[in-house]
Amino acid sequence: MVAFASSARARAATSEVTSPSAIGGFVRISPEGGISLVMPSVEMGQGIYTAEAALLAEELDVRLDQIVAFAAPPDGSLYAQPLFKAQMTGGSTSIRGFWTPLRQAGAAARSMLVAAAAQAWGVHPNECSTKDGTILHSSTGRVLKYEEVAESAATLPMPEDPKLKSREEFRIIGKSQRRIDTSAKVNGSAVYGIDVMVDGMKTAAVAISPVDGGRLKSVDDNRARKIPGVIDVLRIDDAVAVVGEHYWVARAGVEALDIDWELGPNTKLTTASIRAEAVKAADEGTPIKALERGDVETSFKNATKRVTAEYELPFLAHATMEPINTTVHVRPNGCDIWVGTQTPVVAQKHAARITGLPVDKVALHNHLIGGGFGRRLQADTIEQAVHFAKQVPYPLKIIWTREQDIRHDRFRPCYLDRIAAGLDEQGRPLVWTHRTISGTVRRYFAEDGWPEGKLDKDAVDGAWDSPYAFPAIRVDWVRHDPPVKLNWWRGVGPTHNVFVVESFLDELAHTAGQDPIAYRRALLDANPRAMAVLDKVADAAGWHKSLEPRSGRGVSLHQNFGSYAALVIEVAVAISGEISLNKIVAAVDCGIQINPDTIRAQIEGGVLFGLSAALFNGITFDEGRVEQGNFNDYRQLRINETPPIEVHLLESNESPGGLGEVGTVSAAPALGNAIFAATGVRIRRLPIDRSLLSKRENA
Amino acid sequence: MISLNINGRDYSVQAPDDMPLLWVLRDLLNLKGTKFGCGIAQCGACTVHVDGRPVRSCMLPAANVGPREVTTIEAIGQKDSGRRIQQAWLELEVVQCGYCQSGQIMAAAALIERNPAPDDAEIDAAMAGNICRCATYARIRAAIKSASRK
Amino acid sequence: MKRILVAVCALGVVIAIVAACFFFWPASIEAVQATQAQPTGYALVAKGEYLTKAADCVACHTAPGGQPFAGGRAFRLPFGTIYSSNITPDGETGIGRWSDAEFVRAVHRGIGKNGEDLYPAFPYTAYALLSTDDVLAIRAYLSTVRPVSLRNTDNTLVFPFNQRYSLRAWKLLFVPTRPWEPSTAHDAPWNRGAYLAEALAHCGECHTPRNLMFATKRGRKYAGAVVDGWKAYNITSDRESGIGAWSDADIAQYLSSGHAPARGSAGGGMGEAIDLSLRHLSSEDIAALTRYLRSIPAQPSELAVRIDHHPATLNRATAWSPGPDRNESIGFQIFASACASCHGWDGAGQQTEHAEFLGSPAVNDPSGVNLVRVVLEGVKIGSHRGDNLMPSFAAAYSDAEIAAVSNYVIGHFGGKQGKVTAADVRAARN
Repeated sequence: MVAFASSARARAATSEVTSPSAIGGFVRISPEGGISLVMPSVEMGQGIYTAEAALLAEELDVRLDQIVAFAAPPDGSLYAQPLFKAQMTGGSTSIRGFWTPLRQAGAAARSMLVAAAAQAWGVHPNECSTKDGTILHSSTGRVLKYEEVAESAATLPMPEDPKLKSREEFRIIGKSQRRIDTSAKVNGSAVYGIDVMVDGMKTAAVAISPVDGGRLKSVDDNRARKIPGVIDVLRIDDAVAVVGEHYWVARAGVEALDIDWELGPNTKLTTASIRAEAVKAADEGTPIKALERGDVETSFKNATKRVTAEYELPFLAHATMEPINTTVHVRPNGCDIWVGTQTPVVAQKHAARITGLPVDKVALHNHLIGGGFGRRLQADTIEQAVHFAKQVPYPLKIIWTREQDIRHDRFRPCYLDRIAAGLDEQGRPLVWTHRTISGTVRRYFAEDGWPEGKLDKDAVDGAWDSPYAFPAIRVDWVRHDPPVKLNWWRGVGPTHNVFVVESFLDELAHTAGQDPIAYRRALLDANPRAMAVLDKVADAAGWHKSLEPRSGRGVSLHQNFGSYAALVIEVAVAISGEISLNKIVAAVDCGIQINPDTIRAQIEGGVLFGLSAALFNGITFDEGRVEQGNFNDYRQLRINETPPIEVHLLESNESPGGLGEVGTVSAAPALGNAIFAATGVRIRRLPIDRSLLSKRENA
Repeated sequence: MISLNINGRDYSVQAPDDMPLLWVLRDLLNLKGTKFGCGIAQCGACTVHVDGRPVRSCMLPAANVGPREVTTIEAIGQKDSGRRIQQAWLELEVVQCGYCQSGQIMAAAALIERNPAPDDAEIDAAMAGNICRCATYARIRAAIKSASRK
Repeated sequence: MKRILVAVCALGVVIAIVAACFFFWPASIEAVQATQAQPTGYALVAKGEYLTKAADCVACHTAPGGQPFAGGRAFRLPFGTIYSSNITPDGETGIGRWSDAEFVRAVHRGIGKNGEDLYPAFPYTAYALLSTDDVLAIRAYLSTVRPVSLRNTDNTLVFPFNQRYSLRAWKLLFVPTRPWEPSTAHDAPWNRGAYLAEALAHCGECHTPRNLMFATKRGRKYAGAVVDGWKAYNITSDRESGIGAWSDADIAQYLSSGHAPARGSAGGGMGEAIDLSLRHLSSEDIAALTRYLRSIPAQPSELAVRIDHHPATLNRATAWSPGPDRNESIGFQIFASACASCHGWDGAGQQTEHAEFLGSPAVNDPSGVNLVRVVLEGVKIGSHRGDNLMPSFAAAYSDAEIAAVSNYVIGHFGGKQGKVTAADVRAARN
């Protein structure tokens, strides 16, 4: 286990070092190592170590600068995310799921420490109080440090239902805290999976079948083996690894391989063929109903106007800054894995299956992740590494190139959406229907795939639970699995659906000749939290202030992950079609705030992450091969394209909502709506084709 | 044998002629703070200073460095500019996943070293080669300004 | 009267017969034999490998991303597409079953195994000058490369260009009939250089303008031409538009690395020629080539680019800063994002000497013809210190953006007003 010090003095405090006393699943205290908190969620930039530590520390009565946090080992019984019932970090669930359990764990540990001190003093626990990791007996002035009573506290029974602080008593929660993982990240000492060093470790580079589903036919490794520093050439079904004394020589080895691939069934796959199949599914497939309310058919008959549109979204790669890597050591009696993963238990299970070892002989040492965005929810890359590593006696680190990281990603699905509304004479929607045609992300997460005819809610999230009250609504899904492996991507279902819903709602407002915000407000009478963020953003963004020609503002609103978010983006579109982002304003109600500054950071980054994809990204295929490979052709938003961003947080007493994905979901529709306001061109397909926005006479 | 001066220390390494400085730092000298991001000088995660200039170590053969002084993230805090940038980074909570931040900090330290008070446009021009997928850009801008005021 | 008519008819028949024989008589084949001087065994293969590189066979006979020498690279011409052939030793689809005589005949005379006339995209107008020993050495090397089973792709030429026999007349006019003969007026290095340039490296195929019959203009040797949309610059001794002002060291460095200080860097076909061919030549051969190029009489060129070696725009620029020449334009922003990391702002080349802009014709040409292509296609030139690599930016940047960044580069580093339009970029993509 790798630990992260709360200050620049990077302490190598791990549970192994001092064999500390475990006080419940989340608190470890030892005389030498101090107080360590076990983090059930993995840190990949979202600030979760600080937030989860805050929940524990609040009730434990310690300061954040007194603790070290370290990644939980795989243990589904102790560290399962309550919302998934699995040890997994994703879906903006961490705080929602752990809000109560972690505070309870902290409170329970505190009460055990107090009880131990009271026993030592022979007083009643009620006479004791705690502060900053110490227990005080106020009448006698006696003081004990947590470290001094931890051993005896660990033997006491855990209280069932410890009393939790009221909101007024919070000293940490709700106040911006210095993040506990960042000091090591500014001086190069933070250890990500790719930085792992293990004694005797060798490094490998790989060649992978250029078409997914292909197989290795033969490989001539004569030239590779002659390169000084090349140690081994390893083969698996669909890849070859060259092991070297260091990564560079391994890569030279890969380049010297002559490989024949049996490219398999997907060599004819193109983006056009995938789209054609999706259109066919849209026309002929059987929809699975997600929601039907009111009388849809009659409402269409009663409508004075029917509006329809078709939207399309592309496959997306995660393109995390840290390329895929895994370090594995397989021995006859055990296996160690050093990696950053969002699903440690799944990775452990796969490794056990591949090595034939019992699960408890597979130790997974989870690490900081250099950007997850969903990529590290799947263990395919860890499986590959274990397949290679079990062929050699030494620990083996595998690093993919950036090109492999993008081309062999598991992608956010592509989507085709058909959406329609019937409007009354005032232009108000009487009825709303939304059909999504897409693959099933969940079949890559369910043990036995995903049964035909069963709804994958991910496909309709954000569509069937939009903030608006439509008198009649039908949302359904046509399952169409393309021969491309899929994965969740920051914002999951809502990133796609909210783009469609919010863009189409904008179309309706303009069809009705109404202001897009006023049009939305009229549908929000029953939804005060949504109304409040919308009003806040309109006010803060100066929604009604006039703009230059070819400039415009666009809005989006959604409620997902237990939070409410409204976003206004202001753009200017050049005659040549180029888009400048001028200003971004967000208003968010995420319930009770844990660490407000991190909430702002997540919204800022999340919005820009979504804009980067909407502006630039789409994975395309030709002859079964992914056409993008690196940042020269899979472009990312940069600092000089980033406008000022304001984030307004609304006070709330509701339970905390999720945040990591909220901003990303808001981004694309607000951008598309702003472009429409600036140019009159409606964006129904992503990424945005900027050539559609140029003014012809000057093009 | 390639001779290198890194963070004020002399090293001799046995490495192929075409081995980039990045991999010499990471795999031969165990200086893991400099990160591999793209390998084609498009993301800036591997930025180090060579005689004070920010360069992409992923595309700089170590054999081409010669007697020039290399500074990496591990030692940039010993320079005033680097220390101020690191401090501002923490004060403004720039960092999210942190993987690109070694490169961002190296680029930013080089910027304020030569331009003590950059404006927004100067910051953008100097930092536009560094990609951050967490998109911490607005805070990077603010932190550079904060560091340059100190 | 009648006799005259008969005579005319007879003459017509004779001409027709002669013409028919000329165009359709099966091509002859001569037995070939190496001279006493030809090495054998490994030495022969090594000689052949060197000559194969010097003749840059692999460039044309390899498809993008394909196996070396397996052919399939497309050459798009106004009248159709020609595909290069598989010259690996595969028996079925390559040249494994060709006799040495057939191979020599193909290289010297542009005649295929079955006697068919080959299109001069295969530069036998130059290769005709190769000695038979050298052709046989190339053959010996090609017999050792990895055989690849890949059937040749059919050409798609329109009538009358698909009538191969018509090439015989063209060949009669333009193909030398004898190998290179050293000139006694020059010393050995010059003669070696001439042989390298004319017979092996076939410089003139790109650098000499062509006439209406698509043959190189004899009086305009190396004066520069437009090839596949690229400007292949004047490489005569003209001081303005050619290489007359270059030092010997400049020329040698450029040929062996793809770059010379303040002279620009190779891209496109020249970049490929350096990567695959010229950088592998010995320093003696590079010196010989330099010597020969120096002796080419100066010619003016319509492709001349006026190079501004000290544009005022760079006066206060540094490696890290554009100086006062900065603006909010899209071109400036893209340069800052995607280009400045390697190129820097002062023209000197931040990351590698290949990234230098000073003195580069590409960035001094207001039309940006070559510059746009480099941005779209990238460059890769290998060296023992690793690849000098610029990735392609075609997929991620729009026509308007690439035009804008090209104009910014021409302005900042060339001191000129760039004239690249989005339409130019669109055209260059195809």
